[in-house]
Amino acid sequence: MAPLTSGGATLADTRALADVPRGRSLWSDARRRFWRNKAAVAGLVVLTAIALFALLGPLAAPWSYEEIDWAVLGNVSEAGRPSLATGHWFGTDSLGRDLFARTVQGTQISLMVGIVGALIAVVVGTLYGAVAGYFGGRVDGAMMRTVDVLMSIPYMFVLILLLVVFGRSILMLFIGIGLISWLEMARIARGQTLALKGREFVEAAVATGVHPFRIILRHIVPNLLGVIIVYATLLVPSMIIYESFISFLGLGVQEPLTSWGALINVGAAEMRNGTIWQLLFPLGFFVMGLFAFFFIGDGLRDALDPKDR
Amino acid sequence: MIAFILRRLMVAVPVLLLLVVVTFVLMYAAPGSPFATERGVPPFVLANLEREYGLDRPFAVQIWTYVSRIVTQFDFGPSFVYRDQDVNDLIRQGFPVTLTYGFWAFLLAVLVGGTLGIVAAIRHNSWLDYLAVGISVGAQVLPNFVLAPILVLVFTLWLGWLPGGGWRGGQAEYIVLPVIALGTSYMASIARIARASMLEVLSSNFIRTARAKGLPGWRIVLHHALKPALLPIVSYLGPAFVGMITGSVVIDIAFSTGGIGQFFVASALNRDYGVMMGITVLFGALTIFFNLLVDVAYAWIDPKIRY
Amino acid sequence: MKRLTLLASVATLAAATLAAATAATAPAALAAEVAPGDTLAEDQTFSYSILDQFPTLDPQLNEEVQGSHVISQLFEGLTRQDGDGNVIPAGATQWTSEDNTVWTFTLRDDAKWSNGDPVTAADYVYAWRRAADPATASPYSWYVELSSIAGAAEVISGAAAPDTLGVEAVDDHTLKVTLTQPLPFFPAVVTYATFMPTHEATVEAFGPDWTKPGNIVSNGAYTLEELAVNEFFRLAKNPQYWDAENVQITEITGYIINDRNQSVTRWEAGEFTMMDDLPAGTYPDLLAQYPDETFSTPRLCSYFYAINVTESGNPALQDVNVRRALSYMLDRNVIVDQVLKGGQLPAYNFAHVQTAGFEPPEIDYASWSQQERMEKARELMAQAGYGPDNPLELDLIYNTSDDHKALATVAAQMWKPLGVNITLSNYEWQSYIDIRGEQNFDLARSGWCGDYNEASTFLDLLTTTHGSNDGKYSNAEVDALMKASRTMENPNEAYTEVEQIVADEMAIIPVYHYTQNFLLDDDIRGWPMNNVENNWYIQDIYRVVTE
Repeated sequence: MAPLTSGGATLADTRALADVPRGRSLWSDARRRFWRNKAAVAGLVVLTAIALFALLGPLAAPWSYEEIDWAVLGNVSEAGRPSLATGHWFGTDSLGRDLFARTVQGTQISLMVGIVGALIAVVVGTLYGAVAGYFGGRVDGAMMRTVDVLMSIPYMFVLILLLVVFGRSILMLFIGIGLISWLEMARIARGQTLALKGREFVEAAVATGVHPFRIILRHIVPNLLGVIIVYATLLVPSMIIYESFISFLGLGVQEPLTSWGALINVGAAEMRNGTIWQLLFPLGFFVMGLFAFFFIGDGLRDALDPKDR
Repeated sequence: MIAFILRRLMVAVPVLLLLVVVTFVLMYAAPGSPFATERGVPPFVLANLEREYGLDRPFAVQIWTYVSRIVTQFDFGPSFVYRDQDVNDLIRQGFPVTLTYGFWAFLLAVLVGGTLGIVAAIRHNSWLDYLAVGISVGAQVLPNFVLAPILVLVFTLWLGWLPGGGWRGGQAEYIVLPVIALGTSYMASIARIARASMLEVLSSNFIRTARAKGLPGWRIVLHHALKPALLPIVSYLGPAFVGMITGSVVIDIAFSTGGIGQFFVASALNRDYGVMMGITVLFGALTIFFNLLVDVAYAWIDPKIRY
Repeated sequence: MKRLTLLASVATLAAATLAAATAATAPAALAAEVAPGDTLAEDQTFSYSILDQFPTLDPQLNEEVQGSHVISQLFEGLTRQDGDGNVIPAGATQWTSEDNTVWTFTLRDDAKWSNGDPVTAADYVYAWRRAADPATASPYSWYVELSSIAGAAEVISGAAAPDTLGVEAVDDHTLKVTLTQPLPFFPAVVTYATFMPTHEATVEAFGPDWTKPGNIVSNGAYTLEELAVNEFFRLAKNPQYWDAENVQITEITGYIINDRNQSVTRWEAGEFTMMDDLPAGTYPDLLAQYPDETFSTPRLCSYFYAINVTESGNPALQDVNVRRALSYMLDRNVIVDQVLKGGQLPAYNFAHVQTAGFEPPEIDYASWSQQERMEKARELMAQAGYGPDNPLELDLIYNTSDDHKALATVAAQMWKPLGVNITLSNYEWQSYIDIRGEQNFDLARSGWCGDYNEASTFLDLLTTTHGSNDGKYSNAEVDALMKASRTMENPNEAYTEVEQIVADEMAIIPVYHYTQNFLLDDDIRGWPMNNVENNWYIQDIYRVVTE
């Protein structure tokens, strides 16, 4: 099997030289395939809508995310219902705060946590894992033992200690999540690299004296892409769940800020008090966001995977 | 292979020691004493307590005592909060609980999730694929701290079939709900991994060759595709173990199972140095062990991997 | 998260109700007295849920309320409380004193340990010395000192040997205690777990493991059968208990459930008999649904915001006008009626208004309308130079709990129109008391529960040297009055005066006075509804047949 980039380039070149007037690179090819995938496009639309909701929501909301509607407080299960008349389109939380505004705010935080966490994991984890797997031997041993050590430090302790020593803040949350999110990615990338290393195209590159880092970047990493993307789409929602787990432990963002996870957590706790919208709206966004990430990732996988050609 | 395992085990020892030291330092850097109370403990009472737990001695001596006690007597020392219990007692009680529901949850996840993933891959882009993907994403969508109260509401309050919590030595009716709540989150991950890797394998050259030779579909799947497709699931064993500990926090809180997860978080929040250290060391050792297991399993499944 | 505060913030100690405290007392009714007309149910088991695992069942080491409830079922001290909080005989049948300084307790001669050994005065002496002994390292040893027993301070600090403690076994059934100062309510002090006897042979044989099921030897109405940390524990009726024939409940099971909403669901499913500490705001709905099983009773605790008046706090807080403005602006009726909804009382003074004998002063702003308060607050704040144009930035700290979070959020929004911007900071309990104790805050959520039913248990907190005066309020007059009150004929007058000063200077921002909100199956009889310290003894209750 030919390595992705050179193969794609060759293909494109051949076509460019032939009768096709405009050249089609691998990426435009992939783009075309992606747009043909209905689920992926739907996912992209939903995700765009959610992103717009997070960005433009504050402009639309009649209430701010921290304001208490005193007329509702104390009678949330009746007066706090979702209603167009009161301006609480999603209803209110148990303290009479507007759930629409809070969901907007929570969406901002959750998307940020998910994307930042996944980005760190993808960039750091892939390179780290690929380098370790490719060089093997002592380098691999040292690098992966480091990952072992980091992984065997219960990250909850690290996060709790970080949040306790430096105080709770979004920045600490990012640092805490960034510290651990790349570890699994590194292990997976390394495992895949081990399998790729024995392939002919890598051995060919080695035989022709290509610089190791070039091999990693040009030949190994592109071939990891499918796995990376599938894993990264898994990672964004799992980062979001992870953040909510931290919120569940009471160590998440400080009030009055919130997140999807924190809202869902509260909604689930209040489930039996007749305020089910407190669970359903944030959960609805969570579900939509998650499905969107999933379908987009799947679409990208099909689009980028050269083996499906 | 045996040399490889031995080498890895030998590396594990300094890794664990390092872990002990790092945790010790982090713990001491954190503010908050395990003995502080709202009413303010008088200084001489505090002095008595610190002497009792050896906290008045130099840092290096404390670490040395701690490590040597573990090595020579396998004794993790006393709990700083639960005065009637030592750390060994707590681990002896909590760990089997977590391991039991963790094991069943993982098994459930592999069976259901693996089947879903493989079926989805074989019938790629059919309604079966969409259904399987839908189920697995649906399972992942519901975080277990949402699922747990729903399960209790349905199976305990409305149907009255199962107890809403407790463990009672692991009687079957107490295990069911924790296993479902914990297993669903694994299931989704495993289904996705299985599907992705099965698709990968099915489109690889050797399967094409097999197809070209005219082998029946089910034989291709069972004899050729299954083993390489399972490889990434094996690599999930390590993360699954970590997930078990993390998930166990939610499960223990939601179902009062008395597992290790609850001890783990409570000890960190309460500055129970003894329990915190004990579980960290245990957890660290087991993580290293599981990672080793994953590598061994990799080598066993795919002999092409070099060490 | 709420549920991980292991050491509960309060510790209930002995009551100082003086009713039964002097001279020989006629033996009051003990154990469950089945009322005429009640038919005992077949099933006499009792079960309940608690939020967090108690750290210990060792009477001398215990320092918090959940453990002390269980210890009160397992062990019996010299005295205990009845359903109204009065002190009644238990391990002792009668007691006398000379000048309230030297106390002599006569023990009942039929009391036995669960292994059949007789309970003797020596067991009490052993336990009390053990509580004070530095080798025991009890976090509650200071309580021995607080009770004024001669030599306690020296023993605790290690300056004297434990056997110099002022407690002595005159004979097997006579215990003599010497105090350093007259303490008329000493028999109430000894109801608390610290002063319950322990079985020397068992403690010496098993060391720290002595309280484990199978090892433990106790002298109360129940014995410990099973215990799984963070899961459950089970007690069974102790056949050796001297009054066993009047103990109706045969088995007690406690479930540790870290989530109170979950706990409510499981109570509804019929998994246990009782749960207390209902989640904020759920009381009215539960009452509507279970009118005969939902209760709200007074509880001697006060909720307030401590104000840091030291250098480390915002300097504006040293201005009495700012403190007043903050307090006026807080709409306590909204907090009580719309957030907590459990019958709590809005508080304008510190000591719980239902404290025995206590007469709260006429506090001006208590009688104003909220409108008036808010106008006044705006005025005062403007005088101090703050307002929406020149906002005051304050840091409000609270420990993890859904209820504290809700209250802090609401308070922050109430203060906002004053031009006060609140930053909420949430900490875990152990960090929280550290931070609060070091005055690293502007406002701090605080709660205080009475150690005994008398106002000084609250007001002492506001004296300069008190260990829990975390806002560091200091007023020479308050200090002098509180000191003088100890020897006063009627100290309650002094307490009223102190409250007046505290209200004028707004030393703290009082928020509300507690109630105990709980669910209890309707076939339980004899539950102590009027015990404001929330002390209960399962041997006093029983189950009846209901239609």
